[in-house]
Amino acid sequence: MTATQDRPAAEIGKDRRRKEDQRLITGRTRWTDNITLPGMLHLAMVRSPFAHATITSVDTEAAKASKNVVTVLSGKDFGEELGVCINAWPITPDQKTPGHSPMPADRVAFAGEIVAVVVARSAAAARDAAELVDVEYDELPAVVGIKKALEDEVLAHPDLGTNKSALWVFDSQDAGTGGEVEAAIEEARNGGIVIEREYRQQRLIPAFMEPRSVVVDPTGEQLTMWSATQIPHILRFALAATTGVPESKIRVIAPDVGGGFGGKLQATPEEWIAWAVARRLMKPVKYTETRSESLMAAHHGRDQVQTLTLAADKDGKVTALRVHLDADLGAYVAIVGGGVPVLGAFMFNAIYKFPAYRFECQTVLTNTTFTDAYRGAGRPEATYAIERLMDELAAEVGVDPLEIRERNWITHEEFPFTTVAGLEYDTGNYEAATAKAKESFGYDELRREQAERRERGDRVQLGIGVSTFTEMCGLAPSRVLGSLDYGAGGWENASVRMTPLGKVEVVTGASAHGQGHETAFSQIVADRLGVPFEDVEVLHGDTQVAPKGLDTYGSRSLVVGGEALVKAVDKVIDKAKVLAAHLLEANADDLEYSGGRFTVRGTDQGMGIQELSTATFAGHDYPDGMELSLDADATYDPVNFNYPHGTHLCAMEVDTETGAVKMRKYTCCDDIGTIINPLIVAGQVHGGLVQGIAQALWEEAVHDESGTLVSGSFVDYLLPTAADTISFDVVHTDEPSICTTNSLGTKGVGEAGTIASTPAVVNAVVDAVRHLGVNDIQMPCTPERVWRAIHAHDGDAPTPQAAMPHFEEGALNQDEGAGQ
Amino acid sequence: MIPVEFDYLAPASVEEALAALGEHGDDAKILAGGQSLLPVLRMRLNAPEVVIDLGGIASLRGIRDDGDALVIGAMTTHHDVRDDSLVREHALLLSKAAAEVADSQIRHRGTFGGALAHADPAGDLGAPALALGAQFVIAGPGGTRTVEAADFFVDLFETAIGDDEILTEVRIPKHTGWGAHYEKFVRVAHQWPIVAVAATVRGSIDEARVGLTNMGSTPLRATATEQALAGASATEDGVRAAADLASDGTNPPSDLNGAADYRQHLARVLTGRAVLKAAGA
Ligand SMILES: Cc1cc2nc3c(=O)[nH]c(=O)nc-3n(C[C@H](O)[C@H](O)[C@H](O)COP(=O)(O)OP(=O)(O)OC[C@H]3O[C@@H](n4cnc5c(N)ncnc54)[C@H](O)[C@@H]3O)c2cc1C
Repeated sequence: MTATQDRPAAEIGKDRRRKEDQRLITGRTRWTDNITLPGMLHLAMVRSPFAHATITSVDTEAAKASKNVVTVLSGKDFGEELGVCINAWPITPDQKTPGHSPMPADRVAFAGEIVAVVVARSAAAARDAAELVDVEYDELPAVVGIKKALEDEVLAHPDLGTNKSALWVFDSQDAGTGGEVEAAIEEARNGGIVIEREYRQQRLIPAFMEPRSVVVDPTGEQLTMWSATQIPHILRFALAATTGVPESKIRVIAPDVGGGFGGKLQATPEEWIAWAVARRLMKPVKYTETRSESLMAAHHGRDQVQTLTLAADKDGKVTALRVHLDADLGAYVAIVGGGVPVLGAFMFNAIYKFPAYRFECQTVLTNTTFTDAYRGAGRPEATYAIERLMDELAAEVGVDPLEIRERNWITHEEFPFTTVAGLEYDTGNYEAATAKAKESFGYDELRREQAERRERGDRVQLGIGVSTFTEMCGLAPSRVLGSLDYGAGGWENASVRMTPLGKVEVVTGASAHGQGHETAFSQIVADRLGVPFEDVEVLHGDTQVAPKGLDTYGSRSLVVGGEALVKAVDKVIDKAKVLAAHLLEANADDLEYSGGRFTVRGTDQGMGIQELSTATFAGHDYPDGMELSLDADATYDPVNFNYPHGTHLCAMEVDTETGAVKMRKYTCCDDIGTIINPLIVAGQVHGGLVQGIAQALWEEAVHDESGTLVSGSFVDYLLPTAADTISFDVVHTDEPSICTTNSLGTKGVGEAGTIASTPAVVNAVVDAVRHLGVNDIQMPCTPERVWRAIHAHDGDAPTPQAAMPHFEEGALNQDEGAGQ
Repeated sequence: MIPVEFDYLAPASVEEALAALGEHGDDAKILAGGQSLLPVLRMRLNAPEVVIDLGGIASLRGIRDDGDALVIGAMTTHHDVRDDSLVREHALLLSKAAAEVADSQIRHRGTFGGALAHADPAGDLGAPALALGAQFVIAGPGGTRTVEAADFFVDLFETAIGDDEILTEVRIPKHTGWGAHYEKFVRVAHQWPIVAVAATVRGSIDEARVGLTNMGSTPLRATATEQALAGASATEDGVRAAADLASDGTNPPSDLNGAADYRQHLARVLTGRAVLKAAGA
């Protein structure tokens, strides 16, 4: 038995290196593509080169005759057993939802859609034969871009009669959470300030490191699917619901998965096709996408046009916010595609006390890759809009952007605070996070340098960007999700199994794909149960091992799954107490539990949990009525989301001659409640920041007018590497605002960096050149866009006032990028 | 992705390689470092039946002093060009440009000859080679011929090398003691240049050579700029007028990274910067 006294006092809060990293980094693990089964066949997909076309014929003869090909199947070869790709979140009852077959037989609606599958004895043979499948198409006009879609002239799905899928509205007056928006805006037009802007959230590609891969084995009683997915449990549910196989006959395994960022939160056509082919041939099959296929056909993220009106009094105290989003769903309403922009509804008001608020989200269909969750999902878009607007308001009032925020934010004494969007923020301290960030950043000094550079007309100007974000995360209260017509709950399950020799197996329904659950969850159990960190094994991602769960996304694993784990551990301790009392011949009320040991108060008698586990296994001596097991499971459904927040400060240098931008300094002070493992948090924050910075500066998925993805490789879709980023200054508040709705006090951190950083960077770039007449630059802020913004007014009349409406056609922020 | 099946030949000499090329003609493709060819094969943009690997031909590797010129073997890697002391002394510009190619892994695989034969207008080595007046030694069935830089680059991905020929070495006239700078403009570190300017100058400034990357379908030489720089002073004001001539006659592409007029603006700004840095100002 391991001696518990060697264990350090507290695991929670300790910089534990991740126990999973050795195998992940050295590749001594099994990714889906490494799985090879006897007699396994390989699939290659034939994809449409056209964004919109009728399929007139599919000639598979040559492909079928190709070496080592088993068969070639197209849409018309399948019946109901193919199933459908589901939309689990219809945002309104009258949402227009085009049917989404994994392999349509009649018409394709985006370039990259699958029209046939080749099954061969090797991946190479499948690929060779795929080129021989002769598909004839009648090209149809394609609709690309939100503005075009709204015109409803060219239709993405002609039978729907419109491209408009759903309009979702929240109005604070109707909801009783605030006043009337229109009246407040009218009032501000007379003597106050009205800021009207149109911002564009460009389309992004999640670009996870491990391409998607699926293996299906139909041999044996249960059909088994291995998939590089974030959502094994939801997959099992969706496979059963749409393909007619009973749930009890389905096992889904997500082995080690190389990243997802929301991009693997999907029930994909590729998975459904592999499933159908394996069942048809009764042979194991494997499909692994190429990077080109991944960029083209795995779901994209963001893609919104935001029309925003912010009203304030002349001192810059906000009085109303009106948001209209037009969100591009792509060709289909993906699993939670429509819901992602709607999640933003609750976040545009952010940390500010808006008396009135109205939010509208119009989703539209286009002939492009379907969109869905991407790190932050709805909240980055909202945070970008409001944080950009607050900087514009500061410029209009003529005060420091931090000052304008302070005039409007919820003060720490005001928590818990019910917002105009109807959420109750439990805790937070924006003053503390801002003060700490400011100090660490050297705010005043950088402002001085900025003034000096402006003064001397330096070729390189300096800008400082602010983002004081909050977010709702930890998806989440099942009843709230139900009220939003979301197709599932938000609870999480955990179980704790005590092994005969006293080790601990922890089973979680969360499905890690790079986050570090194994380490963090081990730390929680080590502290709570009082066993050594090394004695805890965390199991996940297999519906046979972890039968219940709702998987990993929305910064939920720790705050929901971790809490379920705490509850399960507590049950284990309660059960063990009965046995301990019996074996120690003491009254249960006299027992104390600490450091993994029950002791009889006032004596030196005691017994460790690990000994009790062995005693339970033996079963030689236990009290009557005790069930002979210490194992326990628990399901936890939180009563609220949780609300991490932080102040992010960014300094950017702008070369005014070329438009090139360079990051000079980045400080973030995140308040995320209790920190289980600071090292993992730092990793989440660093990675998150880079992803958010990448939206601001580098990444953009571009389709040309015909719907072809122009940024179809990493040559054109620019992902940053370590060489493109600086060392970030990551700090936390000295006294975190502990979450009050879970017992660990944790708040989510998985998306914080991505949500906060994008506006901080763009605010900094705009701030650097605001004195040159610039008040917006479209993302990504390419050197060309920055340069053109600086020179847009060369020789013109003076720049329009910042507060003037900017909705006219062809405004700068509507440039679709040069040279397409 | 998986390339189409092909046969692989590894000749031990240039003669053997030429014989193989002669036999397979159009169906064959030369493999050097593979850093451009393999992506092309994997994306199935090209499907040769035979790949002829020059990697086993020792005589194609290395850098030697040949009197008034340096001779660089076609199979010398970017890394070796960058690190070579002869190159630093007599053709510093090449060392500077080679250092800017892609990343370290690719520089250890990709070759000087492969890059020039590939003739990507966004490639980093064409403009410096052109500016230095390189001569290209090409072996074919009828023997060896030498082509001047100005005649070597024909069009996008097209050079004077015939289907049955192999680039064996490149002669670089010595520019001993000339200052040099390669100013590469990118959005992320591992990117091909949006625009780049290769400048090398004698004194400050007695004579200058300036090449432009990605400003047309081939590398370009900014001759008007070169002429205007002779005798100019190495100051911002001194080089401005000459730099402003750099975009004359260029025809750059327009793409996601920038429209043609922006690239022309960049060429002018970067030329000024490259020349000043080359002159040590
Ligand atoms: C991710 C990535 C980033 C890159 N970034 C850059 C960059 O920033 N700047 C840059 O300049 N380059 C870049 N490259 C390209 C790199 O420089 C290549 O090494 C170079 O373009 C080709 O050289 P190679 O030796 O690899 O040639 P290969 O790929 O082997 O061959 C290229 C072509 O030249 C032909 N060929 C090769 N050698 C000969 C010969 N001796 N005679 C006749 N024909 C020949 C081949 O048949 C083929 O058509 C990058 C490549 C990659 C993969």
